[in-house]
Amino acid sequence: MALKIVKGSIDRMFDKNLQDLVRGIRNHKDDEAKYISQCIDEIKHELKQDNIAVKANAVIKLAYLQMLGYDISWAAFNIIEVMSSSKFTFKRIGYLAASQCFYEGTDVIMLTTNQIRKDLSSPNQYDTGVALTGLSCFVTPDLARDLANDIMTLMSHTKPYIRKKAVLIMYKVFLKYPESLRPAFPRLKEKLEDPDSGVQSAAVNVICELARRNPKNYLSLAPLFFKLMTSSTNNWVLIKIIKLFGALTPLEPRLGKKLIEPLTNLIHSTSAMSLLYECVNTVIAVLISLSTGMPNHSASIQLCVQKLRILIEDSDQNLKYLGLLAMSKILKTHPKSVQSHKDLILQCLDDKDESIRLRALDLLYGMVSKKNLMEIVKKLMIHVDKAEGTTYRDELLTKIIDICSQSNYQYITNFEWYISILVELTRLEGTRHGHLIAAQMLDVAIRVKAIRAFAVSQMAMLLDNGHLLAGNMQRNGICEVLYAAAWICGEFSEYLQEPNQTLEAMLKSKVTTLPGHIQAVYVQNAGKLYASVLQQNEQDGDKEAAQEITQMLIDKLPQFVQNADLEVQERASCILQLIKYIQKLQAKDVPVAEEVMALFAGELNPVAPKAQKKVPLPDGLDLDAWINDAPSESSSDDENPKKMIFHEEEQRSARHRQPEMDEDELARRREVRKQEQANNPFYIKSSPSPQKNYQDASGVDHIPVVQIDLTVPLRVPGMPLSDQYLKLEEERRQQQKQDRQKKKKKQKRDKKGKRRHDSLHTESDEDIAPVHHVDIITEEMPENALPSDDDDKDPNDPYKALDIDLDKPLADNEKLPVRTHRVSEKKSPEIETSPVEEKSKKPSKKAKKEKDKKKDKEKRKSKEKVSKKHKFSENAENEHAAPEEEIITPTSKEESEKPTGEASDLDFWLSNTPVQSKSQPEPLRNEVASEPVASEREETLKEKDKEEDAKSSKHKKKKHKKDKTKEEKKSKKKKHHSDEEAPESVQNGSLDEEPLPPMSNYCLLAENSYVKMMCDIQGNLQDGSQVVVSVIFENQSSGYLKSMEFNVLDSLNTKLVRPEGSSIHDGISVPFQLPPEVSNEARFVFTMESIVMPQKLKGTLTFIVKTDDGSSHEKLDFKLHFTCTSYMITTPCYSDAFAKLLESGELKMCSIKVDGISISFQLLLAKICFHHHFSVVERINSCASMYSRSIQGHHMCLLVKMGDSSVSVDGKCNDSTLLGNLLDELKQTLTEKC
Amino acid sequence: MIKAILIFNNHGKPRLSKFYEHYSEDTQQQIIRETFHLVSKRDENVCNFLEGGMLIGGADNKLIYRHYATLYFVFCVDSSESELGILDLIQVFVETLDKCFENVCELDLIFHVDKVHNILAEMVMGGMVLETNMNEIVTQIDAQNKMEKSEAGLAGAPARAVSAVKNMNLPEMPRNINIGDISIKVPNLPSFK
Repeated sequence: MALKIVKGSIDRMFDKNLQDLVRGIRNHKDDEAKYISQCIDEIKHELKQDNIAVKANAVIKLAYLQMLGYDISWAAFNIIEVMSSSKFTFKRIGYLAASQCFYEGTDVIMLTTNQIRKDLSSPNQYDTGVALTGLSCFVTPDLARDLANDIMTLMSHTKPYIRKKAVLIMYKVFLKYPESLRPAFPRLKEKLEDPDSGVQSAAVNVICELARRNPKNYLSLAPLFFKLMTSSTNNWVLIKIIKLFGALTPLEPRLGKKLIEPLTNLIHSTSAMSLLYECVNTVIAVLISLSTGMPNHSASIQLCVQKLRILIEDSDQNLKYLGLLAMSKILKTHPKSVQSHKDLILQCLDDKDESIRLRALDLLYGMVSKKNLMEIVKKLMIHVDKAEGTTYRDELLTKIIDICSQSNYQYITNFEWYISILVELTRLEGTRHGHLIAAQMLDVAIRVKAIRAFAVSQMAMLLDNGHLLAGNMQRNGICEVLYAAAWICGEFSEYLQEPNQTLEAMLKSKVTTLPGHIQAVYVQNAGKLYASVLQQNEQDGDKEAAQEITQMLIDKLPQFVQNADLEVQERASCILQLIKYIQKLQAKDVPVAEEVMALFAGELNPVAPKAQKKVPLPDGLDLDAWINDAPSESSSDDENPKKMIFHEEEQRSARHRQPEMDEDELARRREVRKQEQANNPFYIKSSPSPQKNYQDASGVDHIPVVQIDLTVPLRVPGMPLSDQYLKLEEERRQQQKQDRQKKKKKQKRDKKGKRRHDSLHTESDEDIAPVHHVDIITEEMPENALPSDDDDKDPNDPYKALDIDLDKPLADNEKLPVRTHRVSEKKSPEIETSPVEEKSKKPSKKAKKEKDKKKDKEKRKSKEKVSKKHKFSENAENEHAAPEEEIITPTSKEESEKPTGEASDLDFWLSNTPVQSKSQPEPLRNEVASEPVASEREETLKEKDKEEDAKSSKHKKKKHKKDKTKEEKKSKKKKHHSDEEAPESVQNGSLDEEPLPPMSNYCLLAENSYVKMMCDIQGNLQDGSQVVVSVIFENQSSGYLKSMEFNVLDSLNTKLVRPEGSSIHDGISVPFQLPPEVSNEARFVFTMESIVMPQKLKGTLTFIVKTDDGSSHEKLDFKLHFTCTSYMITTPCYSDAFAKLLESGELKMCSIKVDGISISFQLLLAKICFHHHFSVVERINSCASMYSRSIQGHHMCLLVKMGDSSVSVDGKCNDSTLLGNLLDELKQTLTEKC
Repeated sequence: MIKAILIFNNHGKPRLSKFYEHYSEDTQQQIIRETFHLVSKRDENVCNFLEGGMLIGGADNKLIYRHYATLYFVFCVDSSESELGILDLIQVFVETLDKCFENVCELDLIFHVDKVHNILAEMVMGGMVLETNMNEIVTQIDAQNKMEKSEAGLAGAPARAVSAVKNMNLPEMPRNINIGDISIKVPNLPSFK
């Protein structure tokens, strides 16, 4: 045996290993393919060997070849063999190769199921790890279904290394097997609070991915994430959470309001650019969701813009890029705030980095106004000339067109300028966007009647030079422009100066090199042009000229008749025959012009792109009646299968159809409609522009009033230069201004005029009148078009399957498939054929059943006794979870309360009521925070009533909320300092330049072998005389802790708030039980008379410990220490307010000095912020001012200075005793913990 | 989600490719080629983000890359990842490689692509970031290496000896080829931690 191994390894020595292969490939640069095919042959040989080491060696080589692009799927089975090796080294190789090449289509993949399951439960954590990693790359729906339960078990593995991998892979499992999401979700949620930060981060990661696709299902997690956001110091986690909030806020504006404060604080405090950037992004998302401009949010937007400016000004191109990216998001809702940074953005247009230039271009869109459009476009035109590389130039081109045409050409004051810009753009070589320019030309020429004459003259010029375009750029899109030029010249031929010349240009032989569709337009419009020339000639009585032109067409058209393009051929031959006929008539001296003109009569109106789709069925319209004139019963919708094509319409019509609709009625309606249409030739529907006064006028042939500024020459010799318009525009504006000033003198204008007088350059947009009275014809839409935009969702979206309501209680059938022994099936053939086996199995089955029963019983018992708090019951349930064969049975009774409960939880959390969000597991609790918490769940009638009261009042509150919001908005500005939540103190300093050690305000209250109590004391924001003590009870024994009662000995000043009717000696029962090793938090409210002194209260916790042996009564004494700090509430303060406060002179002063401080100033500030609930107002070098407020409204200002190794703290406060005590506490914190 | 992680050198030769979505080998090669073309024509002092868009998935995706001496490290990510965060992750990745290989250079990646895969597997799993703490990653890798060594034991000895001999016989030890070390110190690293 040993010999065999040695022999095997000696054989192996001469096999190529991976390094040899790589080396070989590098040495065979010339015939690499040949060498590799040789190697593959060798590998095939190696794979046939029995020795697993040889196989593994072959597989790793294959994995390398896969990277080079060789298909290795033929070795899939061998890869599985290597995966199943017992040695980690080989197993890892196997999984690596599998992860590189396995996918859903790999047929042998189902063979891996059992191997993977075995590896997942391996005692070696790296075997498990490697299996999880591999599985994450090739998980299929089948694997996901079969392994979901095993992975879920691993989520509670003892090793964090496994836990985090298991949590992470769940996302892939959910994707492939969406049914697993609901059963697994409670545990996933639990992992958000895992003690290991890696696991926590993984859970956040997974939930963020899930929530990104279907955010609404995860709204209920917002409080939890909010807590994480304010407590986590891991930037990865923070970024993910903040990104998640960005996705959630559009669904719940109230969430946004809540987020603004902590996010702004983070923006102020963090030095990590990545975090800063994400915060800004989310704040932007929040502000977008709160579309109504609340007064105090303009500050936030200002802050964002300001921070982004810093990013953009940074020398790091990455920051610059991201800054611009975020800026463009602000632009959509708050263009004004971005416009003030126009200089910066224009500057970015000159950046050497193309990506940055592109981003800046995006921003330009919002920068333009009537005033600066011309300038900006001029600048862009310069860039167009300079730009190398067609991509960037094309981008510039589209941007120019975008910004000019935005919101219905809102910013264009002079369309002649715009046309000349378009014509200038046609000089671009090799652009792809010819059709864009063409579309703009058409659009402008059709919709701006006043510009047609000018447009036609320009287009005629383009046609004359058309051979240039066609010659050089046959392959490029720019010749598309000729399409527009030809059409405009033909359609509006009456404006042509020299129609003959243009007609000749259109019939040049070079035209035949153009693409077919353009030639077709040429031919058609040559016809139109001919008609108008003919008419002209006939009117002039110039028969000769008329015959000449006819002859010319007859000469030139045949070249088109022979065209390869069918469309061109058809049109050409049609027109040719027509003209031949005309020639005959002309020969007979018959005037034909009128008839020929009639061919092309009528005006074409622009039609909106979606018009067709949006035609609604008018009220009472019966489609059949309309078409057939005689409605017959037989054609009713449901009997006519053909109608299925129009399924949508059919339904709609069915809805609207009125049963009795006779001919007369229909005819009448038709008349009415016709009348309507006649009165409204343009069917104008949307965005009426201020200039469109003519709408009211009746009659189809209404012609808008055109006042053409005579200073602008209508015909520009040669190619037009847009620049000249800049000058002209300036002159014109000057002129206008002067005019206005004259008027002002006469009419004595008001302030507006004054202002203009004061600052010549702050002309507002309204003041700039366009050159023409331009009527921009709105694109036609059908009557009653529905404004709805039906953007269909992709039905094949893989994430759609994960759109699952997570708040609904689990149903009985919703559980993960679990490997079960088949014997449970009574009629199983196995049992019949092997009775012996059955016997041996039966007892175990019974035992199992019994066990289950017991479990159930226990569960039920605990369910009965346990308070109904679902959070806890989940805990309990998970505690019950046996590792292997556990079925996650839903406990419907308690869960059924969950949805409504949770929804209202969220509502409550989101409502403006201040929350002690230090810990937020059961937000509902806050509802009765002012009441004794413990009593809340007791089911006595009295309590119930109370709770109902609370609820109804909450409802009322919600109802009135809308009315209130206005008031709130006002009051909020004043109030929002005090509205601040406690946890803000965390980020205030803790996320800064350096990683800070984790800090917690929870300090040990008391501990014995059964239970450990940690507590944190926070001021109650709702009531100035109350503080809330949060106590975490941790079960340290192996038994159950039940009937816990919390009691303290009240002092005169400080009293525990007890339920009504109980005496001052009664304790408060803790509203939960604790299974072994589980902790939970309860809150107790105390009232205070005076808060200037620290207080100490003695108390006792009594409880019953229930172990297997029996139960015993135990108690634990503790001393609650109310420090002055606990009365302070973190409140942000702006430096100006701070200065005013100090100046007011109402504050008393006191100071301390602490020596021997070695920690950084940053950390020091963070500590003060965190432990003493302060917020930093301003920080300059090693000096900072801080602010906080007590629950009773004392202002507390600190000036902290750091010397070499000492810190001096100067404090000012309304109450000197409070100040003194607080400074003492501060000193203690600084000395003992440094 | 990270869609793909690619490492290739200045000539576009792939040194590591990890796709978190399935693509056929041909498509993979095409993606590598196109990514190389996109990335290689960019100057050194431009931003590290590229809207590759059509390459993998839809317009939601971005290429985020860093260029170290002879190697490009390219991550293709969607919008759920923080751009600066990923840049930092690349840095962590390279620093981890540097620690595990002791002064990593392109040759290490050429000859030990399996090890690079193993290190990557400790950082990114199935397209999601698993661990960002370098020490934690190195600890896990060390533990796995130790296990590998103990498994090789006696049986591995002859093979090791032979490969040593093989290396000796070669006229040029690969390490001697001066391809240039990956410079680890990047001046303008966004302070992320």
